[in-house]
Formats: sequence, C-alpha cells, structure tokens
Amino acid sequence: MGAVQILIYFSALFFVVAVVVRALHYARTPVHMRWELYPVAHEKGRAHYGGSIFEESEWWTKPRQIDHVNELREMAAEILLLKGVRLHNRRLWVWSFPFHLGVYLLIGWLVLLLIGALTLPAGAAATEGWRRALVLLTAIAGFAGLGLTLIGALGLLLRRLGVDEMRKFNAPADYFNLLFFIVVVAVGLAVHASGDPDFTRLRLFLADVMALRPAAALATGTACEVVLASLLIAYMPLTRMFHFVAKYFLYHEVRWSDDPNPRGGRLEARLVQALNYGVSWRGPHIQSGKSWAEVATEDVE
Amino acid sequence: MKGQDVKIKQLCEECGQLVELKVEDIPKLPHPYEDWEDSPITEISAEKRQQIEAGLDGVVGVRIPVPRTQAEKDELVARFLSGLDRLFSPADNWTFLQPFLLSMENCVKCNTCAAACPIFEESGGVEIYRPLFRAEALRRIARSRNSRLGGLINKFNGNDVPVTWETVARLADLAYRCTLCRRCAQDCPMGCDNGLITRELRKLFSQELGIAPDELHKDGTVKHLTVGSSTGMNPHAFKDVIEFAEEDIEDRTGLKIKIPIDKEGADILIMHNAGEFLSWPENLQAFAILFENAGLSWTLSSDMLGYDSVNYGLFYDDVQYARVTLKHAQVAKELKVKKVVMGECGHAHKAFMAVGDRLWLEEQNIPRESALTLMEDLVCNEKVMVDPSRNDFPVTLHDPCNITRSMGIIQPQRNVLRKICPQFREMTPHGVNNYCCGGGSGFAIMQSSNFPDWRMRIAGRKKFSQILVAFQDSIGPETHKYVCAPCSNCKGQIRDLLAYYGAWEKAGIHYGGLVELVVNAMVDVRPGFIDWDEVGLM
Repeated sequence: MGAVQILIYFSALFFVVAVVVRALHYARTPVHMRWELYPVAHEKGRAHYGGSIFEESEWWTKPRQIDHVNELREMAAEILLLKGVRLHNRRLWVWSFPFHLGVYLLIGWLVLLLIGALTLPAGAAATEGWRRALVLLTAIAGFAGLGLTLIGALGLLLRRLGVDEMRKFNAPADYFNLLFFIVVVAVGLAVHASGDPDFTRLRLFLADVMALRPAAALATGTACEVVLASLLIAYMPLTRMFHFVAKYFLYHEVRWSDDPNPRGGRLEARLVQALNYGVSWRGPHIQSGKSWAEVATEDVE
Repeated sequence: MKGQDVKIKQLCEECGQLVELKVEDIPKLPHPYEDWEDSPITEISAEKRQQIEAGLDGVVGVRIPVPRTQAEKDELVARFLSGLDRLFSPADNWTFLQPFLLSMENCVKCNTCAAACPIFEESGGVEIYRPLFRAEALRRIARSRNSRLGGLINKFNGNDVPVTWETVARLADLAYRCTLCRRCAQDCPMGCDNGLITRELRKLFSQELGIAPDELHKDGTVKHLTVGSSTGMNPHAFKDVIEFAEEDIEDRTGLKIKIPIDKEGADILIMHNAGEFLSWPENLQAFAILFENAGLSWTLSSDMLGYDSVNYGLFYDDVQYARVTLKHAQVAKELKVKKVVMGECGHAHKAFMAVGDRLWLEEQNIPRESALTLMEDLVCNEKVMVDPSRNDFPVTLHDPCNITRSMGIIQPQRNVLRKICPQFREMTPHGVNNYCCGGGSGFAIMQSSNFPDWRMRIAGRKKFSQILVAFQDSIGPETHKYVCAPCSNCKGQIRDLLAYYGAWEKAGIHYGGLVELVVNAMVDVRPGFIDWDEVGLM
C-alpha cells in the first residue's frame, strides 16, 4: 500500500477523531444560565418579529409551542445561503457565499465519486443510463465546486488583505487557511482540466481505497491533489473552520436555547448538581473553597 | 483621531493615554440639533492621574488605583491571569462556560459586529470601541496562555499581546465601554457574543481581583445585600415611602388607596426597581391605582431585598448575582404568593425570568411574569376602561434590550400603546433590533468622575438621535411629546440625555414609563395623572 493511500486513511480518521473530540469539548460543558437571544427560530408564530412565550400572561400555564419547520427553514437559510452574512455584511457575502457553495458542491462531488467507486465496474465505460448520469453529475459538481471555491477563497483573501478593519485583526494563520484552500482547489482544477476531466482515474483509485486493497500508482498531478486534499481535511477541525460543527452549539445550545426549568424536571436536577461545584475565585467578597450553593447563600457583611 | 490607528498590541504600552477622544469626530444629530456642539469630555487632572488609572481613553469608569511598586504591578498581572484561567474552569465558571468557550473559539473576525454597535458608530469609529477589539484582545491573551505549542505557533495564530499591568488596567476600563446590549451578537453570522465576552471580562475583574465600579459593587450589590436596597433604603424607610405614596395618590387623583404590604398568600407580589420610589414615585403609584382598579389580589414586600428588584450582579459578577436572586426567591416563597410580577425594570426582568430561571429551584421556583403582559391583559381585555383621547400627544417607545432582545417580550407593550395612545409611532429600528439607551449594564447609575460626560456624548447619542427622528413631524417645543421607556435604568439614562441636550426646552420631549400612560388614560382616574406643567420643573 502506497504512502498516498495510507495518508488518506490517516486523514479521514484524524478528521473524525478531531471533530468528535472538539464536539465533546463543547457538549460536555456543564449546564449554564439561560442566555438566549431573540428572534428564536422555533417560537411558533412569533419568530418573525422576535417574540417569545414570555409575552403570554401566566406563560407557565400555556403549552409551549415549538415550530420545528421554521427552525429547519432558518437553519437551511443559514447553512445554504449564509443568511446572516447576507443580511448584515453583504460585501463579505459576495465572496463567502460562492466559497461555501463551492465547498458544499465538493462534499457532494466526493460523495458521488465514492458512489461511483463502489458501483461502476473498473474499466467499463459509463456511456448510458444512470451510470452516465452519475459520471456527468460528478463532473459538474467537481468542476463547479472547485471553481466556486477558488473564486470565493481568492475573494475572501483579497478582502482580508485589502480592508483595513479586517487586516488589522487577521493573523498569518487566517491567510494561510485561505491560501491552503486556494492551492488545493487550483491544483485540482489544473489536474482535471488537463487530463482527467471525468474523474475516472480518481474514481478508480478511490475504489481501491474503499476496498482496502493496494491501489495502482497515481500520476504525479493526481497524487499531489490527493495529498493536499487529505492534509486539508485533517487540518480543518484544528482551526476556526471547525465552525461547521461549533455553529450547531452556538445556535442550539445558546442562542436558541430557551428551555424553561419546571419544578422537578431534569434540568433542575442538573442545576442542583452544578451548585455543588467548588468555588476557587479569590475576590475579597468570595470565600474560596466552598461550594457554589454555600457561597451563594452565605450572609454578606 | 488618535484612536483610529490603535492596535491590540498597544494595550500594553507605557504611553500614558492610549486614545484621545475628540467631540468633533462624533456624528451630527438630526434637526433641531444640526448645530449642536458638545463641550469636550472633562479631562482628568494630572494629580488625579497619579492616583487613578486613566490610560485607556481618559474616561474613568472603574477607578483602578495606580500601582505604586513593581510588586503591586506584578500582583495585578498574576491575579488577572489566574482569573482568566478560572473563566475556563467548569467548576468556577459553570454558569457561562459553554457560551463563553463557543464565542471565544469561533469568531472568524469578519467585523460584522462593528456596524451593529452604537458606541463604535457614535464615537466616530474609535478603534478600541470596536466590539472585536476587546474580545480579540482577551482571546489572544487566553490562547497564548492555553497554547502548549510555544512561540512560533503563537505568532502564527496572532497570539502576541504582552500582558503588562497597563494591559490589565486598560482591559478593566474597556470592559465598561460596552453596554452588553448584545446587538452585535444578534448580527454575528457565527452566533458569537461579544457582549457575553465583555461580561465575562468584568466578572474576571470582580471575582478574582475585586475590581468593579463602586456604583455596581460597594454601593450596589453589597449595599443591596446588607441594607436591603442598592438605593440605601432600609425596610423602615420603604414603609415611609409607601405612606407618602398613598398621600400623593390622593393628592393627584382623589383616590384613597391602601397599598398592601406583606400580604401573605396574595396572587401577585410586584417587585419594583427601588430607584422608582425615589426618582419616579408616580410609577409605583400608577401600578397601585391600576391594580386596585382592576381588583387584583396583590402585595409589595417590606422584607430585606423584597422591595428592590434590581440585581446589579447581572452586569458584572455571578456570585453577587446568585446571592441577590436567591434572596429574591426566598422573599417570594415566604410570602406564599402565586406569582411574582416584574415592574418596569429591564434587567430585573432578565435577572428574575431568564437568567434566574436556572437558579430559582425546587420550592423557590415561584412563577414570574412581566408587568407588560399583565398590563396588556388588563387594558386590551378591557378589565380597566381607558379613554385614549387623554393621551392624544406624540408617543414613541424605547425597547429595553433586556426585555426585547434577551427575552422576546415585544408585542404586549405595543398592544397597550396602540390602545391608549392615538399618536403612537415606532422608532427606527425597534423591537429586537432596537438600540440601547446607552445606560445599559449599569452605566445609567455610574455617575462619578467624567464617565457621565462619555455616556451622554457617545453611549446615549444613538438613542437620542432615534428619539428626535421619531418626533420629526412635530419637533417644535410647543408640542408635548413622550418617550415611553418601561425600564428604570433606561428612564434614568433618557432623563439624563434629555437634560444634557435640553430636549424639553428645545423640542418639548419628556419621558416616563408605560403604566403612567395607562393610568393617565383610565376613565376612573381624574384626568391629568401626567402633569405636563410639572415636567419643566423636573
């Protein structure tokens, strides 16, 4: 088994482990105080103006109405169209949207490639029916994804370099991340535009990778593409690009987290437990070494 | 302006004052204030600068004593760093760890937040007031401290903010240049919350170093917990205030009302910000008139803390917040009331109903609701009869951030105003997109040194501008106009703004709460509860 093939396994595994570890890092934090921010997308009949159940007289006696459809609609608009950036920072959206759309297409492209690798017989021509459609779709998703990601990343890089208020807050890592994307997709475009336009070579290689059997040696260009893409996939969860997972927590665990705390409920049990945590703050008004419950109920002099 | 080019790294510099504020850079106001010229912010004298740190922007909010020795400086830095570690500790910061971590680790530095911040905008773009500036400074310090990878990687990630005592002192002041209105968080495409990061920074200073504005801590929560109210009013003085209120109600309206105190088992315990009793007693009186007219079973509490709903801990310190809110819960439990109703105080709403929802536990978990929803029920369901023609003057509504953006109470106050005020008009923007009054997060009560100068000229300017725009169709002083602000802190700030800009004399603009408008329109009450003749004297 060649080094490139081993690198693919390593990158995929590293990506999964890093995502799980970082997601657990957020998921395992203790229950926190309520800190939602309106509009909350699942407030039935009220989300469009930012209302909540607190608008009801004696709200605790009323059934809580959750609008899952609107929540999904808002999530889709945020994920697919970058609604927040479009509303509040249109100049950035002009580049951020094609970049993200390109990345989504590349994810779709990878899925189509893998489906092709599993279903298309090696060496057989895919000239008709669903096989032809699969190859065509793969090519469209691949070239559109590579092209849009390249345009978006270039635009974002130029914006971060050219706009003073962004440049002064950006670190070398921020430019490196975008450059990394630019190099990966530019190499991919060059390789496939010049020699493998229907991604057949890549598909055959992935068929071997999926079957865990040694793959035939890749051409230099394709090998470069695979190595760079593998490194990028492994690198992403270590950076702020992890927001593809973190945003779930930012929205669902904080911004839209409006679960009430009824007497005797599960949330209450978690909160009672949290009050047993020890306090080590050293401010003059705090007696270090006691539990939160003790510190919060001691008399102040 | 000197402030335009400041970089985060410069927070550590021994350069005296980092930013000079110039009133010429502040944006112009709408008609009739096109030619308004602000006087400069009062300078801190050289003698005072020897004692109190003013090295950020020359404005003193926190009053940090200048360290005398290197050992004192080192201690300040060491305590700051140990406090920073505690912000990341699940035990010490379980209360906000998850939202804090998420906001600290996922900002993409797109600067969308800057356009949402009224302080940044109204300062004319002073760099240090940019929401990202403060958050990114803390982020870089924290990342550098938490990184196990060392120098080169830290540089690669931009974690290059040296922590000197100047950095620490400037960050302490910078934590009090944001009203925690969370407008920036609402516009953040990631969902990061610079307001929360600012609050965590305040918390670090208070809970680890004992540094907080006196108005919030020593004369705020400490006085509240020891005397019964942050106003200094003890239970005995409270009862005197209520007696006076009963007499005043009779003088104003001819109604003889006995205000119930400590009535066990009442349906409603109403809790007011005690600032109302001293500065706006008509608010307390209006609630008493409304509730009695509607035949409600209600009471006030004379127990320690039971007559003052404020909780300044919400602005700067979880421990103090928890102490105050648990005392409030205990008062409600001991009175055996069916529910607690929050008077017109925005941060008390949030402290009791939203944040407090996770501290009022077990038998202390007495239901809480807003007076705004109760008023909507009474007025819109015609449980009290109103004559809107009594309120036939231009009225606009200020949305308190804590009630709207943080709690989603938007329509009840509007439904009441539409019913009782024929000339009600909205500000732009409003509701969850409102602008802060500029007095949020404790600023309205921070009255010492030159902080009020800054608060009037910069923090509150956007709100004053919005008020003027809302009344442009009748901006002359001959038309009496009313800014309805259903929040004590917002009212305090708007009072100070209107006084600073001479808005009554120049534009006929007055302010007050919502319940005063309701009572002013009630057919069972003698006309004239809002006495315009008194306004000019206030």
